[in-house]
Amino acid sequence: LGSISWVLITMFGQIHIRHRGQTEDHEHHHLRPANRNDFLNTSKVILVELSKSIRVFCIIFGESEDKSYWAVLKETWTKHCDKAELYNTKNDNLFNIESNDRWVQMRTTYKYVFEKYGDNYNWFFLALPTTFAVIENLKYLLFTRDASQPFYLGHTVVSGDLEYVTVEGGIVLSTESMKRLNRLLNNSETCADQSVIWKLSEDKQLAICLKYAGVHAENAEDYEGRDVFNTKPIAQLIEEALSNNPQQVVEGCCSDLAVTFNGLTPQKMEVMMYGLYRLRAFGHYFNDTLVFLPPVGSEND
Amino acid sequence: MSEIHFREMASKSWLNFLTFLCGSAIGFLLCSQLFSILLGEQGDIQPNVLHNDPHARHSDDNGQNHLEGEMNFNADSSQHKDENTDIAENLYQKVKILCWVMTGPQNLEKKAKHVKATWAQRCNKVLFMSSEENKDFPAVGLKTKEGRDQLYWKTIKAFQYVHEHYLEDADWFLKADDDTYVILDNLRWLLSKYDPEEPIYFGRRFKPYVKQGYMSGGAGYVLSKEALKRFVDAFKTDKCTHSSSIEDLALGRCMEIINVEAGDSRDTTGKETFHPFVPEHHLIKGYLPRTFWYWNYNYYPPVEGPGCCSDLAVSFHYVDSTTMYELEYLVYHLRPYGYLYRYQPTLPEDILKEISQANKKEDTKVKLGNP
Repeated sequence: LGSISWVLITMFGQIHIRHRGQTEDHEHHHLRPANRNDFLNTSKVILVELSKSIRVFCIIFGESEDKSYWAVLKETWTKHCDKAELYNTKNDNLFNIESNDRWVQMRTTYKYVFEKYGDNYNWFFLALPTTFAVIENLKYLLFTRDASQPFYLGHTVVSGDLEYVTVEGGIVLSTESMKRLNRLLNNSETCADQSVIWKLSEDKQLAICLKYAGVHAENAEDYEGRDVFNTKPIAQLIEEALSNNPQQVVEGCCSDLAVTFNGLTPQKMEVMMYGLYRLRAFGHYFNDTLVFLPPVGSEND
Repeated sequence: MSEIHFREMASKSWLNFLTFLCGSAIGFLLCSQLFSILLGEQGDIQPNVLHNDPHARHSDDNGQNHLEGEMNFNADSSQHKDENTDIAENLYQKVKILCWVMTGPQNLEKKAKHVKATWAQRCNKVLFMSSEENKDFPAVGLKTKEGRDQLYWKTIKAFQYVHEHYLEDADWFLKADDDTYVILDNLRWLLSKYDPEEPIYFGRRFKPYVKQGYMSGGAGYVLSKEALKRFVDAFKTDKCTHSSSIEDLALGRCMEIINVEAGDSRDTTGKETFHPFVPEHHLIKGYLPRTFWYWNYNYYPPVEGPGCCSDLAVSFHYVDSTTMYELEYLVYHLRPYGYLYRYQPTLPEDILKEISQANKKEDTKVKLGNP
């Protein structure tokens, strides 16, 4: 299975990473989905196998005052991950580390996940408990990418010299990135706390650490250059777009193939399941390259 | 001398220092209060629209959720170049629906505008019905007053207007509010099984007061051409009364008198398609309290949770402006790539045949994969 997909990926893989707007000494990295026309002549059987070959491990990482989040996450979008583990950082027994330092918690979590699951999955997606992710769209974004290359994707922000993936939008790491990260975490002090004056957030710390390993952040986008990892909920994105241009008709706020939205309540997650996996307009069909089946034994998708 | 002076100065400056501290402490407290109030407001702007009375009309808009501007999700058609809409387009021609939206002068810019920017574009013909004419919007002037007690009168006049000017332009006639979101493609699927020459109407069926039930006004209801003819005729011949403060109930009573059948709008799995509330109110178990009127009004056994709502829902009500755009995005744009939906409804045999014959003529294949 792995060899079939590897052959296909090397056959079809034409990765375009455009470097847009080189401001001074920065390079902004962007990553967009594959072109459907590359696959027009591929047989259905191979496409189904290709869909199965992208294995995503989901890490839900964070703390939440609202305990109902954890139950709702298990019952909603995380069912679409190949495997999902929820790590409540408020839990004192989290990996037996006694630390409230988020970067320490994050490093320990990544290390644990890689050691236990690194062999069986090729993509590792970390999200906050308030994030809703569309795993099918994540897989579509990733499927022509070679996981043995160092990918580090999400919604990026530039802070001085550092381009990093914000944790609010969700962080995607390929197997190779996880390998390099774990090598650093095992062997050196390079990934210790980099805070100087005030505390650096854990997503920045991760970016600094990965940079040492030669892994750079890329902003994930759709064909039109729109962000697919969103740090806010849909309603807020709509309201912001409209309030910024009150006299005009603005174009749609969000991508059709969005991967994440953040800032959802547990109730809004249940509504998203219906709005995304069920509610639709009759008579509109898509000839998609990948095929994903609904999860077994569930009724909200 | 200077020493004493110094000590005096020292104690004075201590006092000044203390005063300064107190002042800044008070200032800090005031600021934090202010901030928490401001931030608290930004929290969840969820207007609680649970009306105790099913016929309660919308409270006067105090401009709280007034959305300036408009969003056009369809401006970017390049995201949809892989989309096959042959069947939707065929149904658009086959099942012609005229929509009229109940609104008023106060609400044209606040609410009706967002209806116009979203779902109204998919009607074969749309009319905005107001008490006064507005040539710019445009809105039809029914020459009535505004207000809760005028609703039925506006409804009668609106249907009369439609009957007079547009009877032959459509097969079905939909009434919706300016806070109803309607998915026209799904309404066409529902109506494709029926003949517009039959006297029938559809909506969210309620059971009290009327033997065959009546349709909720806010969730929207749709009349067949024959039903419209009979309704308009009923007022000419005084079969139905003109005055009532409860629009949907009065219409339902009239329908029963003139032998227009109250149809079953549920999908093939028995799930409701017309909804009197937004999706969240139906999907979240326990959202609508057990004592709420809704549980006793629904004609069919009411369901909360995922079974509440059809995949091919037709309408939602009490939809604010932001939610109009959110629904537009969720229904027509955001999708899980490659996902094989569980519910796979089909069209009636005769329409399927017609469509495939029409497409054979054009020499294109109708792809029914991944609907």
